Amino acid sequence: MRRHFVAAGILVLVIAILTYAVINFSGLATRMNPVAASAQATSIDALWHFEIIVISFLFGLITGPILYSLVVFRRRPGDMTDAVHIEGNSALEIAWTVIPLVFVMFLAYWGAYSLGETRRIGANPLIIKVQAQQFDWSFIYPEYNIVTNELHLPVDRQVVLQMESKDVIHSFWVPEFRIKQDVVPGRITEYRITPSLIGAYKVRCAELCGAHHAYMERPVIVNSQADYDAWIKEQVALAEEMQKSPEGVGQRLVAENGCLGCHTIDGSPKAAPTWLNLYGSNVTLADGTVVIADDAYLSRAILEPAADVVQSYQVLMQPYPFTDAQVASIIAYIKTLK
Amino acid sequence: MKSFWRGLASFLIGAVAGYALGVILEFVITGKLTYGAPVASAFAFFFGFTALAYLGGRNSTIFRGLFWQVVGTFSGAAVMTLLRWILPMVNPAKFGAMDLFGPFLFTEPAWVLGGFVGALTFLAGSGVMDDWFKWMRGIDTPEHHEERFTGFEKYINASLDHKVIGIQYTILALLLLCIGGIFAMIFRTELVASKLQFLTEDLNVFGQNGPQLYNTLMSLHGMVMIVSILLGLAGMMNYLIPLMLGAQDMAFPRLNAFSFWIAVPAGALLLSSLFLGGFDTGWTGYPPLSTRSPLGIQMFFLGVFVAGWSSILGSLNILVTVVRMRAKGMAAMKMPVFIWSSVAASIISLTATQLIGLAFQLVLFQRLLGMGFYDPAKGGNPVLFQHLFWFYSHPVVYVFVLPGLGVISELLPVFVRKPLFGYRWVSMSSLGIALVGFLVWAHHMFSSGMNEYLRVPFMYSTLLVAVPTGVKFFSWVATIWQGKPITPTAMLFVLGAIVVFLLGGLTGPPNATVSTDLHLHDTYYIVGHFHDTIFGGFVFPFFAALYYWFPKATGRRMNETLGKIHFWLMTPSFFVLTVGMMYAGMLGMRRRIVDYDPALGLDSTHLVLTISGYLIAISIAVFLWNFFYSIKHGEKAEGNVWNSRSPEWQVPSPMPTHNYDRPFEVVGEPYDYGLEGSKYVQFIEPAPNSAAGKH
Repeated sequence: MRRHFVAAGILVLVIAILTYAVINFSGLATRMNPVAASAQATSIDALWHFEIIVISFLFGLITGPILYSLVVFRRRPGDMTDAVHIEGNSALEIAWTVIPLVFVMFLAYWGAYSLGETRRIGANPLIIKVQAQQFDWSFIYPEYNIVTNELHLPVDRQVVLQMESKDVIHSFWVPEFRIKQDVVPGRITEYRITPSLIGAYKVRCAELCGAHHAYMERPVIVNSQADYDAWIKEQVALAEEMQKSPEGVGQRLVAENGCLGCHTIDGSPKAAPTWLNLYGSNVTLADGTVVIADDAYLSRAILEPAADVVQSYQVLMQPYPFTDAQVASIIAYIKTLK
Repeated sequence: MKSFWRGLASFLIGAVAGYALGVILEFVITGKLTYGAPVASAFAFFFGFTALAYLGGRNSTIFRGLFWQVVGTFSGAAVMTLLRWILPMVNPAKFGAMDLFGPFLFTEPAWVLGGFVGALTFLAGSGVMDDWFKWMRGIDTPEHHEERFTGFEKYINASLDHKVIGIQYTILALLLLCIGGIFAMIFRTELVASKLQFLTEDLNVFGQNGPQLYNTLMSLHGMVMIVSILLGLAGMMNYLIPLMLGAQDMAFPRLNAFSFWIAVPAGALLLSSLFLGGFDTGWTGYPPLSTRSPLGIQMFFLGVFVAGWSSILGSLNILVTVVRMRAKGMAAMKMPVFIWSSVAASIISLTATQLIGLAFQLVLFQRLLGMGFYDPAKGGNPVLFQHLFWFYSHPVVYVFVLPGLGVISELLPVFVRKPLFGYRWVSMSSLGIALVGFLVWAHHMFSSGMNEYLRVPFMYSTLLVAVPTGVKFFSWVATIWQGKPITPTAMLFVLGAIVVFLLGGLTGPPNATVSTDLHLHDTYYIVGHFHDTIFGGFVFPFFAALYYWFPKATGRRMNETLGKIHFWLMTPSFFVLTVGMMYAGMLGMRRRIVDYDPALGLDSTHLVLTISGYLIAISIAVFLWNFFYSIKHGEKAEGNVWNSRSPEWQVPSPMPTHNYDRPFEVVGEPYDYGLEGSKYVQFIEPAPNSAAGKH
């Protein structure tokens, strides 16, 4: 019997090492995702690597003896007798209750420690407001009065995103940052991250938020401090410039309110009609009538989305409480899209 | 069988006629010809079912019930519409003019009342509650009904026999498994490459465009499969538990029939959501998204609500049966281990199902009556829903897997000819899992925005589940060790179950430790992980049970070659499918998306996943052919085919109507294989004179 234990033990190790090797070959053993772009990812990936080692070992530990028994102890043809009568072994049962218990408590402790690491508060964090709505993200830099649909972050400085949803639950996830946080209507949730690798990533909404959930993605760009400063400067200038003309004010309102989550400005189809060449064009409504997209029509479409539905579209849009001046600026912006 | 085909034919005729009528009506009203529009589909649906029931077979419970469900739905909807028409006339100040007709002819309140009334009229009209109605009027009914039907007819009519009900559950489960599987194949085909393939923006099916239809199918796939699993479990437990206990039937045979038949209108309600605008929330139905979804979400809520009754009443019946109806000498620690796992699962179903009903009911009320349970603008809290929802929906995972793990523990000793290692530990670990299962729900909400310090205690409790689960794995390994294993199809599925469930179990801890879960949550990693746990814990053991107990129910066995083709086609494909899903998830593939960013570089991975999905579908087709063909044409197997010690195999197959003609007594341990001259049960011979007249 000792021979069997030794042989099965070797098989356990072989399977465990092979499992680890395959996972490592696919690039997922030592880290979860090809690139880790945040300081928080370090402690998460370390825990993950430990878990992969444990998974590989336990996979071998269970499948090894089963495989061995199926081959070595298999019933030979013609053998109609039963196997040896062993009912159990309390010492063994206690052992494989207590050892896993101690082990999972250790794992939970490590998990709690690793969670604490990801929540560690850094010095002088940069605060950015994030607004989520079906199906777009807007980023507001309160210090500089900038609104964009592209999140730029300086490398190696902690960022706190204060996130709010206008409609349903969304979830802020940049795979390279590892961390995910839901954005819930009626409250502000916080996302704390320290980007550590310069590069272009994407925020991808991870909580099902409706028909076009799949497309709720926006660029997240980690810049060097110098590039970041330059970008801020450019955006501040742009914002000041925009304040001067009605179409500029309109463009900012569009970015602030996530209009481009459904509408496009390049003529491509999305959840709502495109704005390219919209002003002054003929629009066919659901009931078959054709109207001209003039100021009166556009203003009504913004304030009462359900009033005139464009053919082959569904009303996903909620009424927006804009002032007349704001509506006029948005229309002024739409006019420029030709 | 004939009335079944007649029913199906009339359904198709009715559906086509209804569809045509809907298109014509819409043309008359709007002056436009559209196909697949909501009115036409609603007409097709209802005329189909009416014709099915009326022309198809008024004499069979199922078609009669469906007919009354249609009548009830229309009546309920009409009453609500009438009320909404009258109220403004009575008190114009309080009730302004109401919009009477929505895009589906009736408004949402009308459909909800209609759907609810329809479920009740199904039960009243189908005759399932006849005995209770008679008792209310003071009329006695016989304790046992003799079967009025034979062959296939038996299974589309109400019966009080637990074996018939068990098979009815199983067949309905297989039907829903196929429907849910077809949904999966449709969206798996869509996902074969990035960009939209055929579920495009300009599609219009049942009033939904491509991405909306994708969301409906994906959401329904989840819930249809869950209901299918609950029915499949109920099938195994109903069929086996009285046989293993030595009882003639369940404790409450009429309640048992009621529990089954209520699942039929529930399934109809659930599927009707596809035709009533669909819904886009996933099976979880999180508000506020579910408060903005189309009408389909209400039918989904109602369907789950009604299916919950089936679960609650069924588990009550099982608990009472196990407590009250065990054979002489069957002490708690001498029960077959499958009974222990069923008891653990039933405790969860009996006490937790209410919470999902409640969670959904509150959204239903929020939509209909403007209540603000989950609406922050009215002081509500959307995260509250998630707590209520997961308080059921996590423990229910253990409802899915516990009976399956029981099947593994039950079958292993038979096929390795060796006692179950550590019977007491294995049976008690089921109760351990059930207990800990109640304390872990918030691990689905680590990123939800709930109080962040709560995440740590929930991580501890979640990891604790590994301990009793580990006891099961180690005990199975010790059972096989030094055994004499053989590998017929049933045993292959047992082994497949162990490995697949192991994969599901081992991929769990990274979701339990909060920091790693913050990356994995809501990605394909989770999708792969839970498909492993559900297939390993339910689907594989369910197939093992079907291959194993098939001779008991039919007196014939399923074809071994086809069985092995089924296994060797399904298992590797499934392995590739779920491991591939986990891989894609880690690289950034989110759950529940109709399209993915080509920049992720996952196109070839998805192609492999889709091919694996198709191979699984083919293997299921092989199984279904084998299953239905073998009922009539399988090789005869009337004896103790597996050489088991369990009482049901000590009498010839198929099982007689009232089970054992002599009671049995437990005289030994259930799994003492290898112990010379030992027996689990012994039949008590009636004394020669006294019993003659009584029996």
